[in-house]
Amino acid sequence: MSMTLRTTSIDSASHVTRNNRGINWGRLLLYMIAVIFAAAYLLPIFLLVLTGLKSQGEVSLYDMWALPRNLSLQSFVDAWKGSPIAAGLGPNFINSFLVVVPATLISSLMGAINGYVFSKWKFRGADLIFALMLFGMFIPYQSILIPLVRTLNFMGLYGSLTGLVFVHIVYGLPFCTLIFRNYYASLPDEMIEAAKIDGAHFFNIFTHIMLPLSGPAFVLTMIGQFSNIWNDFLFAVVVTNSPASQPITVALNNLAGSFSVEWNVQFAGALIAALPTLLVFIFLGRFFARGLVAGSIKG
Amino acid sequence: MTNKQEGWERWAAILAVTPSVLAIAVFVYGFIGWTVFVSFTKWVTARPDYTFVGLANYQRILLGGGIDSQRFYIDIRNLIGFTVLFLICNIVLGFGLALLVDSRLRGEHFFQSVYLMPYAVSAIVTGVVWRWLFTPGTQQLGATGVNKLFESIGLGFIHPRWWTDPTVWYIHPDTMLGGFLNDLHLGFFTTANWGLPVATFSILIATTWLLSGNVMVLYLAGIRAIPTELREAAIVDGATQWQVVRHIYIPILTPVTLTVVFILLNVAIRLYDLTVAMTGKGPGFSTDTLAFNMFETTFRSGRFAHGAVLAVVMLIFVSAIVIPYLRYNLRLEETDR
Repeated sequence: MSMTLRTTSIDSASHVTRNNRGINWGRLLLYMIAVIFAAAYLLPIFLLVLTGLKSQGEVSLYDMWALPRNLSLQSFVDAWKGSPIAAGLGPNFINSFLVVVPATLISSLMGAINGYVFSKWKFRGADLIFALMLFGMFIPYQSILIPLVRTLNFMGLYGSLTGLVFVHIVYGLPFCTLIFRNYYASLPDEMIEAAKIDGAHFFNIFTHIMLPLSGPAFVLTMIGQFSNIWNDFLFAVVVTNSPASQPITVALNNLAGSFSVEWNVQFAGALIAALPTLLVFIFLGRFFARGLVAGSIKG
Repeated sequence: MTNKQEGWERWAAILAVTPSVLAIAVFVYGFIGWTVFVSFTKWVTARPDYTFVGLANYQRILLGGGIDSQRFYIDIRNLIGFTVLFLICNIVLGFGLALLVDSRLRGEHFFQSVYLMPYAVSAIVTGVVWRWLFTPGTQQLGATGVNKLFESIGLGFIHPRWWTDPTVWYIHPDTMLGGFLNDLHLGFFTTANWGLPVATFSILIATTWLLSGNVMVLYLAGIRAIPTELREAAIVDGATQWQVVRHIYIPILTPVTLTVVFILLNVAIRLYDLTVAMTGKGPGFSTDTLAFNMFETTFRSGRFAHGAVLAVVMLIFVSAIVIPYLRYNLRLEETDR
């Protein structure tokens, strides 16, 4: 017994010394691991920037990791404006914005209304309908693509950006509804009861009480939808049929698949395509993480 | 408040969700029904042909023995090999990074952001970058990509051919395990039909880069929710750091692990964008996936009915994990109240 006690006290004593004077090797090791992983995770982005900044003459696969001698933005210009060999990504970048902005706003707003009903105005069967709706978030979209193309054709929306906006609204509804439902469920019911006593109705309560409080949920759905839609490839490649209406992911994939386009131009294009979501991440990263947790832990 | 008013408001609530509910009813459930129907028809050209052919398409792809069913089983092989490695890598790495970030490092927010950052990047961009990183170069002209990096730090003897390598690792019938399987009349497993294509590792590393930060965030949220008293009490009782992780963290984090497994399985089954940008179907179909196969069969070859069969198979796989997960989660929520 006394032995154990003594070892414990020696342990804690040595711990104190280590903290005060010497190097704490355990901590140092942790830092080293953290730094090595950080370097590995940053490597691809580093390579994108590095290559993008090289001048045409310096670009060689065999000197991929060499630092640029003369800084040049030519690859970005080529990727954006196009060159004699390949069309530029500029118009596609704008297409992506034209799809992302309306789709994000409308699906978030519809999600807010749905979430309001599914949390505060539950009718009979509301929970079941909500569960059935959530299922739509997880299906492999391959299982609806064939009918989707037929239907969009029939509606005259196939191949248009409007069609793509419509698709992203519909398939974004489950996610937005989930976020708002869980958020509204955390607000006290008494608030609504009090408003009802004061004579407020269904829509008044939504617009005057719920919406002003909805900031945190809107941030999550907007960031989530923005990055989902910006990064989407499957719907984009199936629904759009001409280079003029393609979002940037599809155009980038075409650029990268073309053997005649230099890989440094591909890299510059990739960086352009990644920039909007990367910027959102850099400035709103903590909401990014929060949205991930909110969107996945609780069904 | 009168009853009449109550009734009116209830209808207003139902009316408010009707557009969304109808949209989901048609665009999810109606379309799934439509796809299932297509899978039973003769529609194998650009022009729709809804002549009913029963299970003929399923027979062709699941049992046919022709090129379509060969490709299907290659996809299944790739899916199994990829999924096993993908789950292990992401859970170990995600959990490890979460512990690392939680160990009160200076600059923990920086590290957390860096590990999560790839998640903001699209799978297409990821595929484009990693394809070049994993372009091995040639003996004559020298190494490129990560192989070049290995070379420059003196690890030049590591020069895999990454995604350009069509080799499939499998249990050889001449080995002891292979002989044993043959004795059990399981000789099927000792062929390249069941194995791990080398090219899978390229896809694996790129997807892990993309998603391990996501896994880390989920574990981190779980770890931060564990009361510190629990940990401190264990430390006071003489538990080592490792014992705390092993006997307190891991059991408490089981629901998080379930969520993580669920998300990762879902990703593995749907794997598409990244392989499109990185390797396509790969040499010898070594990086082919069900989703890639479905897209090619349907929209490139115009064999809609055959594509529909692949889509239905994917849906069945996903449903097998989504339905139990949703039931588990929604029931959990009931007991919360």
